[in-house]
Amino acid sequence: MDPLAAIRETFFQECEEQLAELESGLLAMEGGDQDPETINAVFRAVHSIKGGAGAFQLEALIRFAHVFETALDEMRSGRVPITPDVLKTMLRAADVLADLVRAAHDGSETEHPLASGLVDELKAMSGQAADEDEAEEDWGDFEFQPMAAAVDMPEAPAGPAGFVVKFKPRGDLYAKANEAALLLRELARLGQTVVELDAHEVPPLTEIDPEAAYLAWTITISGDTDEIAIREVFEWVDGDCELEITKQGPADGGFDMASLLARVQDEAPAEDEGPAVVPANAGEVDVASLIANLSPAAAPEPEPAPAIAPPTLSVVASAPAPAAPDAAPEAQAAGGPRKSEAGATIRVDLDRVDRLIDLVGELVINQAVLAQRVMEAGLARASAVAMGLDELEQLTREIQDSVMAIRAQPVKSVFQRMPRLVREVAAMTGKPVRLVTEGEGTEVDKTVIERLADPLTHMIRNAIDHGLESPEKRAAAGKPAEGVVKLAAFHRSGRIVIEVSDDGGGINRERVKGIAIEKGLVAAEATLSDEEIDNLIFMPGFSTAAEVSDISGRGVGMDVVRRSIQALGGRINIVSKPGKGSTFTMSLPLTLAVLDGMVVSAHGQTLVAPITAIVETLQPKAEDVHSLGGHARVISIRGGFVPLIDVGMALGYRRDPLEATQGVALLIEGEGGSRAALLVDAIQGQRQVVIKSLEANYRQVPGVAAATILGDGRVALILDIDTIVTVSRGDMRKAS
Amino acid sequence: MNQILTSNGQAQAGGMKELISFRIGAQEFCVDIMAIREIRGWTAATALPQSPSFVKGVINLRGAVLPIVDLASRLGFESTEASDRNVIIVAQIGEQVVGLLVDAVSDILTVTDDVIQPTPDVASETAKSFIRGLIAMDGRMISLIGLDRVLPENVELEAA
Amino acid sequence: MSMTVLTVDDSRTMREMLRLALADAGFRVVQAEDGLHGLEVLQAEKPQVIVTDINMPRMDGFGFIEEVRGDQRYRAIPILVLTTESDAEKKNRARMAGATGWIVKPFNPDKLVDAIRRVAA
Repeated sequence: MDPLAAIRETFFQECEEQLAELESGLLAMEGGDQDPETINAVFRAVHSIKGGAGAFQLEALIRFAHVFETALDEMRSGRVPITPDVLKTMLRAADVLADLVRAAHDGSETEHPLASGLVDELKAMSGQAADEDEAEEDWGDFEFQPMAAAVDMPEAPAGPAGFVVKFKPRGDLYAKANEAALLLRELARLGQTVVELDAHEVPPLTEIDPEAAYLAWTITISGDTDEIAIREVFEWVDGDCELEITKQGPADGGFDMASLLARVQDEAPAEDEGPAVVPANAGEVDVASLIANLSPAAAPEPEPAPAIAPPTLSVVASAPAPAAPDAAPEAQAAGGPRKSEAGATIRVDLDRVDRLIDLVGELVINQAVLAQRVMEAGLARASAVAMGLDELEQLTREIQDSVMAIRAQPVKSVFQRMPRLVREVAAMTGKPVRLVTEGEGTEVDKTVIERLADPLTHMIRNAIDHGLESPEKRAAAGKPAEGVVKLAAFHRSGRIVIEVSDDGGGINRERVKGIAIEKGLVAAEATLSDEEIDNLIFMPGFSTAAEVSDISGRGVGMDVVRRSIQALGGRINIVSKPGKGSTFTMSLPLTLAVLDGMVVSAHGQTLVAPITAIVETLQPKAEDVHSLGGHARVISIRGGFVPLIDVGMALGYRRDPLEATQGVALLIEGEGGSRAALLVDAIQGQRQVVIKSLEANYRQVPGVAAATILGDGRVALILDIDTIVTVSRGDMRKAS
Repeated sequence: MNQILTSNGQAQAGGMKELISFRIGAQEFCVDIMAIREIRGWTAATALPQSPSFVKGVINLRGAVLPIVDLASRLGFESTEASDRNVIIVAQIGEQVVGLLVDAVSDILTVTDDVIQPTPDVASETAKSFIRGLIAMDGRMISLIGLDRVLPENVELEAA
Repeated sequence: MSMTVLTVDDSRTMREMLRLALADAGFRVVQAEDGLHGLEVLQAEKPQVIVTDINMPRMDGFGFIEEVRGDQRYRAIPILVLTTESDAEKKNRARMAGATGWIVKPFNPDKLVDAIRRVAA
C-alpha cells in the first residue's frame, strides 16, 4: 500500500477512537464530571481530527472541526458556561462530526444536512462571527507568516540591490536553542553576504555570562532578495534579538566594502576572529548575573556546542554557546526505556491473527484425526502413545483458547455507538431517555462484536419507541418522565449475555395477541401463556408499530433481529412485566470459530447439532408418537405434544420417514421457547468443532448453518436447527 | 501444424494460452491452466441438501470446504459415478475455489488465440453456455470451457 | 551518521506522517506520544532536534519544552513546535517556554525538512 494511503487509514482509525473519546467525555460532563482533563481530552479529540483532516485536505471536515474546536476552546477557557443545553449542542456537533469523518472516509464528502445549522449554533455560542470566513487559516501549505507583513515594500529594483542587516542576539535567542551561526547561514542562502562581527561587548573570559549574548553582526546581502525573505530568516528569533534591516539601492556604494572584504567574507572566512578581538572593556554587563555565574563550572566549555560551527562561518563558532550539553551524561540517563502506561501492547494486522486462528483450527482437526487413527489402531488407552496424545489434545485446546483470546475485545466498541442512537431516537419520539450501560469491558470475539451492532441498534430503537411510554403516560403511572434503557453485558457459562431492558409499560399482551391473530400467525382460539404471547413479537410477519412509526420500522421487525442473532449461534428471548418494562436477553457464543456440537447421523450422513439448542435427548417410544397425516408426526413429552422432525427427510437425504423407535430424538428449544424434537438415526458423541464456512466456496444451504471437519478428515454439516424447525412447521401446516 | 504444441515447453508469449485438457466420457474438454490450482484423486464428498444434482457435495481440501461439481452432469451429460479412477481438478473461479470432477486429465496444450474457433450452433443450449470455443487438433476436437458459470447461482434463500 | 529527530505527538496519524516525511529525508526518527513520554525518549535517544505538538495529554507541548529547557543536558537541542495553531498566542506561549521555531500544520514535508535543517547544523 502507498504509505500515504496507509496513514490515511490510520487517520480514520484514530478518528474513530477520538470520536469515542469525544462522546464519552461530553457524556461524562453531562453527568457532572468537572475534571478539567475531561474537557481537555474532548478538545484534543476534535483538535486532532482537525489536524489530520488538514493533512489530507478534507475540507468539509476541517471547516466543521474548526468551528467545533473553537467553541470547545471557549468552553474550556470558561468563556462559555458548561450548561446542559451547551453540552447537548456539543453532543449533536459530535454526531455530525462523526458523520463527516465517515463521509470523508468513504470519499463522499458532501454537505451534511445538519452541519451548517450546527455551525451557526456553535458560532453563536462561542461568539465567533457568523459570517467568519473559514479561509482565515491557510490550510494549503504551512506558512511562515511574515511577522512584519506591514513593511512597506518597494518594487524590487532590477539591478543588484542590497540590504544591510544589523543583528544583535539577546540571551533569550540562545536559550531557545537558536543559533546566530545558523541564522547567518540562512541569510547566506539569500545572496552574497558579507559578515562583520562586532565583538566589542564581549567581557573578559572570567566575567562571561554563558547565558548572555555579547556579539553582534552586520551582514550585507547583495543579490536578488527582498526584505520579507530576510525577515523570514529571523522570524523565529523576533523579539529575541535586535534587528535592523536597511535597504541599499544599487547606486549606493555607501558602505565600506573594502574594509569589510578585508576582514570576513562568507566564501573565505577569517579564522577565529571572535575570541581574538575580545576587548578588555566589558562594556555594559549585567553585574548581578555575572556574579551569579562566576563559578568556574558555569563558564563555557572550550568545545563548542556540537550542532554549530559550519566552516564558512567559523567566526561565530565561539559565540557564547548555551551551556554545554551532557554536563552530567549518564548519571540521570539511567532511567531506562519507557514503561508502557497501558501495559505492553502491539498492533497486529488482523489478517495475521485470522490466519493464526485458521491454523490452530487445522491443528485441532489434525489432532482429532490423529487421535481417531490411534484409536482405530487398537492401542490401549494407557499406552504411551495414547497418553501423549491426550497431552497433545490438552495443549491444543489451550493454544486454541489463547489464540481466540487475542481476537477478543470488550463490547465497549459497540456499546459506545448507542448513546448517539438513544439521543436521536429520543429526539424523534419526544421521549426523554437515559441510557445506562453495564459490563462494557466484557470481552467477546471481534467477529461477534462486529455483528452485534445491527441487532443492538434495532433492539434499543425498539425499547425506546415501543417499550417506553410517552412522558404523559409515565407521569400518570407515577413514573419519572425520563425513561431508562439499560444495556448490560456479562459472561455466563461460556457465553456472552447481553440484555436490553426498559422501564416502560411492558408488552401489551392483548394487543400483541390481537395482531398475531389478525395476521394469521396464531389461531383465534389458541390459548397461549404470557411467555408465548411475549415471544410472538419474534415471529416473521409480526411487526407491531412498524406501520405507525418510522423509528423501528426501517423495514425490520424483531424477527430479523432474532434471525441475525441466530446466525451468530445465539438465542434471544423477552421477559416482560406489565407496567414495569421488558428485558430482551440474548446469549451468544464467545466466538464464531468453534462450536460445541453433538455429532449425530441421519441416513448415513454425519451431522453436527449445536449443543446449546439441545434440551435433552430421548429414545422415542411407539406409544408417544402420533401421526398427523402425511409425514407429519408429533411426540408427547411429559404430557405436551411437540412436532417430531425427521432430520434425514428435512434435509432431503431420504424420502420415507425413519421409524421413530429406531432413532433418537433431540429435544430442542427454539428461540422464544418453541419446542421440537429432531429425529436422527444415532448419536455419535459430543465434541467441539471448528466452524468452516460453506459460503466461502459455495453458497448458503437451507437447513445448514455451516460445515466442519471431523476426526476422519471428512466434512460434516452443522445443522441450522431453527430453519429446519420452521420449514418443517410449514410443511406440517400444509399437511394438516 | 506448429501453432499447437504439446508443451513441455515454455512458450507463453503474447497471444499464447496454456490449456489443460481432460476427458469426460469420450469427449475432450479444456480449461485455461491459469485457473487451475491442483489436480487430485477422488475422495468421497459429503452430500449437500437442497443442491442441484451436479453438485456432488463438499470435501475437505486442507481445511477448506470445497464444493465438487460433476462437470459431466453440469454440461448436460449423464452424471458420473465417481470412483478412485476419477480426478478432481481444483479450480479458482473468482473468489471461490471449486473441485471439478472429470474422468481423466489428458494433456497440457499451448495454443495461440487464433486456433480457438467459435462454437457452432449445433451445440446444445447447456453446452453452449459453458463452451467458449473449439480447438481442432490431430483429428480430435477439444471444447474450451469457461468456468465462470459452473457453480449454481446463489439463489435467494426463502425467508423461513 | 544521520541526525536523530524526536517527534512528540499524541496523534498516531501525525506521528506516521512525520516519520514518513523525515525518514524520507534521511533522518533517524524516534517518537513519543506525549510530553512525559518525550522526556523518557529524549534521555534514551539523544536526538539532535525535537519536533513537538502542543495539545497532548499528560504533559502538553509547553510543559515539555519547559522541561527540556530546564535540563542542562538538553537545553541546547532545537525544538520546533508543530501545531495547527497559527494564532499568535499559542506561538508566543511556545516561544516563552523556549521553542526554537514553529511549523503550522498541515505541513509540507519539504518545508518541514527545511525547517529542521534550518535549526540544526
